[in-house]
Amino acid sequence: MTQRGTTASGPLCLAMLVLVWSLWATLGFAAEELRIGFLAPLTGQFAQVGEDMTNGFKMYLEEVGSDFAGARVKFIVEDEQAKPPVGVNKAEKLVLQDKVHLFVGGLLASTGYALAPVSSRHKVLYIASIPASDDLTQRDKEKYPYLIRTGWSSSQPSHPMGQWACEQGYKRIVAIGADYAFGYEVIGGFQKAFEDCGGRIVRKLWPPIGTKDFGPYLPQIKTDVDAVFTLMVGPMTLQFPKQYKAAGLTMPLIGGGTSADEFALPFMGDEAIGYVTPLQYSAALDTPKNAAFVKKYREQFGKVPSYYSESNYTTAQWIHETMKKTGGKWPGAEEFSKVFASITLDTIRGPVRLDEQLNPVQNIYIRKVEKKQLFGYPNDELWNTVIKTYEHVGQYWTYNKAEFLKQPVYSRDFPPCKHCE
Amino acid sequence: MAARSHRPILVALGVLVVLAILAPYSGPFLLRLLMKALVFGILAMSLDLLLGYTGLPSLGQAAYLGMGAYLTAILATRYQIGLGGDFWLVLVLGIVCAALTAALFGLFAMRATGVYFLMITLALGMCVWGLAYRWNALTGGDNGINLPGRPRFGLDLGHDLAFFYVIWGCFVASLGALAVLVHAPFGRSLLGIRESELRMRILGYHTWLHKYLAFVIAGGFGGLAGVLWAHLHGLVSPEDIVLTTSVDALLMVVLGGPGTLVGGGLGAAVVVFLREYLSTKVMWWQYVLGGVYILTILYLPGGLMGIPARLRQRRLQPGQRQEALAVASASIETQPERMGEAP
Amino acid sequence: MHFWIIQVFNGISYGALLFLLASGLSLIFGVMRIVNLAHGSYFLLGGYVALTVIWTTGSWLLALPISALAVAIVGFVMERLFLRQLGVDPLRQVLLTVGFALLFQQAALDIWGGDSMDIKAPAVLDWSVQIGKLFLPVYRLFMIVVAGAVGLALWVVIERTRVGAKVRATVDDAEMARGVGIDTARVSMSIFALGAFLAALGGVIGGAFVGVYPGLDFEILPLSFAVVIIGGLGSLRGAVVGSLIVGLMDNFGKALFPEVAYFTLYAPMAMILAVRPTGLFGRE
Repeated sequence: MTQRGTTASGPLCLAMLVLVWSLWATLGFAAEELRIGFLAPLTGQFAQVGEDMTNGFKMYLEEVGSDFAGARVKFIVEDEQAKPPVGVNKAEKLVLQDKVHLFVGGLLASTGYALAPVSSRHKVLYIASIPASDDLTQRDKEKYPYLIRTGWSSSQPSHPMGQWACEQGYKRIVAIGADYAFGYEVIGGFQKAFEDCGGRIVRKLWPPIGTKDFGPYLPQIKTDVDAVFTLMVGPMTLQFPKQYKAAGLTMPLIGGGTSADEFALPFMGDEAIGYVTPLQYSAALDTPKNAAFVKKYREQFGKVPSYYSESNYTTAQWIHETMKKTGGKWPGAEEFSKVFASITLDTIRGPVRLDEQLNPVQNIYIRKVEKKQLFGYPNDELWNTVIKTYEHVGQYWTYNKAEFLKQPVYSRDFPPCKHCE
Repeated sequence: MAARSHRPILVALGVLVVLAILAPYSGPFLLRLLMKALVFGILAMSLDLLLGYTGLPSLGQAAYLGMGAYLTAILATRYQIGLGGDFWLVLVLGIVCAALTAALFGLFAMRATGVYFLMITLALGMCVWGLAYRWNALTGGDNGINLPGRPRFGLDLGHDLAFFYVIWGCFVASLGALAVLVHAPFGRSLLGIRESELRMRILGYHTWLHKYLAFVIAGGFGGLAGVLWAHLHGLVSPEDIVLTTSVDALLMVVLGGPGTLVGGGLGAAVVVFLREYLSTKVMWWQYVLGGVYILTILYLPGGLMGIPARLRQRRLQPGQRQEALAVASASIETQPERMGEAP
Repeated sequence: MHFWIIQVFNGISYGALLFLLASGLSLIFGVMRIVNLAHGSYFLLGGYVALTVIWTTGSWLLALPISALAVAIVGFVMERLFLRQLGVDPLRQVLLTVGFALLFQQAALDIWGGDSMDIKAPAVLDWSVQIGKLFLPVYRLFMIVVAGAVGLALWVVIERTRVGAKVRATVDDAEMARGVGIDTARVSMSIFALGAFLAALGGVIGGAFVGVYPGLDFEILPLSFAVVIIGGLGSLRGAVVGSLIVGLMDNFGKALFPEVAYFTLYAPMAMILAVRPTGLFGRE
């Protein structure tokens, strides 16, 4: 090198080095890994639901090649066996050993309640995509600042349903639902809204969860009512309408979303036609986005997606959108939560955003079971046709939040059966 | 009745000491599994007292776990009791509450033996489950009860390692107490009852009282396990006391070796490992669990603790083998034919 | 009046289903003193196999014998290869059969998936007889008829045939029976297979009434045990009476005392076990 060259080449080299290094750093070497833990029952009697949940999330990941705005997603699924203590242990494993940035899922209400404290304890976000217990984002929310809910709360669809029932001219309704917290909350929400617009619940019946023979209950359903509101889960969903019809009961059946959701519908018969239920999703939602989703899901997994799949797909989408806003970098739990909550997402089920307690505000669809051909499928099948949409439904409906929270959580005895005969 | 050697207990203590030393170095998930295994171990040992020593197979031990756990949860959330130094008080209360429940249930259960005892304990266990599910106001129904946090009293049990040592201590204390019990005349009488209740009665023993006391004591230890269980997971729900929990407890005793006490702890470790560790690795772990049940019953009558004795048998000369077989089967087998005996 | 008639009818039809389920269990215990916790699994497997038969052949009628036979074979193998070694040992039987129940549950999940499914009753049975204001579902009548027929057939075979005599001899005193030249091993094997057959038949018929889903095996098990315990193990008469009692009690209990609906089964079971462990007609 000549004397003249050295004065400029030093800084030039340095600049080149800096340029190369920064290019290298942003391009790929420092590509962040986003570790997402997922808890669902994969064995035991709820294994199918767990599989549907997992498939929903995985489908979204495949669509984007597990790339969330530059972050590589590492998706770790653990079997919580529908046992809350196992859920807790697996969540701790995900947090402490796999060092996940956040964990998603859980099925049962009790699992939701078991996982929420884990999030507080370790300051790791828990996104409850399915557990619906009202108080998780109501009276108990302060205990769980790291809890985000992307699914629904039990009574959320019931409130607009109550109003819808009034709009139909229904005045007297008998309610029959599974005898546990989820049942109380769904029916409670319906009762409150229905009675506030002039209706009356004239009897409440509570068959235990897992009831196979509704024989003791069917004769107690008064026949001089305008409709019967049911809350059925699992196998009860399939058997109730059959036994109802066989007992000669003809009053219209309405009920909570799980009484006729896509998990059970493929196995139900004509007795389900006409069943009206509310939920934040319907596989028959006639939008291009949903049609594409249903077709793709059905082709890949052989069944029409239920809200178990949709909710987890949407959660994955939401995480992705959040990562887009943070430039593909994990900003820490608190910041992530803020960004997450700032997004109004255009999802398969419609527009969704979070309220201040991090529960979704979304469309609630009143759906009616119809037998028809849809989305180009050749056969007549049972679908949940959307007959009315209530927009921007939050967990408190039209009620004043402070007033609402003063009343106790919906239970077997609340709202009280003032008009019971 | 062959004399019970103290060797298994000493070996167990050795293992436990090693565990205690290694604990600070194990990963967080492994530590949790160990804690769960120890808590379940206490439940299994309580069941062993009933099954291995008294010959009473109970399918309802989970009920006592539930009583202890729910009491802890209710006291912690409603009355703020048990979150400080009064944790030890709650421990005692949990034992007492479960023991009282066992005292009540025992009045029903003691009227049966063998398969009927199995059934009645199953029914009673399911009643407790039904209560937990239904009595929403008290138990939170299927939502369960969330505990506000682990106790702090100088020591913060919120740190897993600290709580591990507390659980470890309780396990060792339980093992010690039960060991003393079974080596005392009371325990000897229980063994006698297991072998032949009729003979014991002829000899003048009040067999009903012995069995009843064993039942109550087993319940008490189940309650202890329950208190620890509640704080370990931070949540109590009816899912904790379903039938599978009681069946798992039975498996733990039979797998580990009935009548060895320590076997319960060993069995607990294996079952917890299968359910919660293997399940993180493979999807077909349930086949393994089922297989373990089946293979244990078919090929390991003395459980895992019985393996050394069986190996010893094999190494003996044929003549000695006959003798050893007779001795071994008397001490290790659980006297199956006696189960159906009328009370 | 209407209320009581319907409730009694419902209780009896439920009892009929329970009889199908429990008669096999009662026989198995009576003859072999075996506590079979995989009995619920037989019921469930019957339902699943029936679904497969219906999907492939479209015939519900064909599903009945095929499922029952298929599960009978499973039961036969289980007894021959595994249970026989244990002898009379309730604890080990419990654990062995639970192990199998777990295997069956996982296998069923792997083969048929975990959706809650339903067997569609054939159209000829899928209507209700209307008498005034009373609606009596024909399917429930069918269950009662089938249970009655099975009960009658079992009674005739056991009380009036040579084969039945051998069974009775084995139940009364296995050693003496062997002394007289009866092949008790074969009797045991056949009874176990028969028990599984009956449970699976119950599963096919019950499948249109309770559904076919994972978890049903463990849900239905305590019911079957309640019947044999109340009626008494090993007694056909006991199984009949037990089924009726459980069916009616459960029905009326839930209708009249809904607060304790979760206990209408277990509390009486515990009481009866405490007062008369061998059940109403049992033998020990």
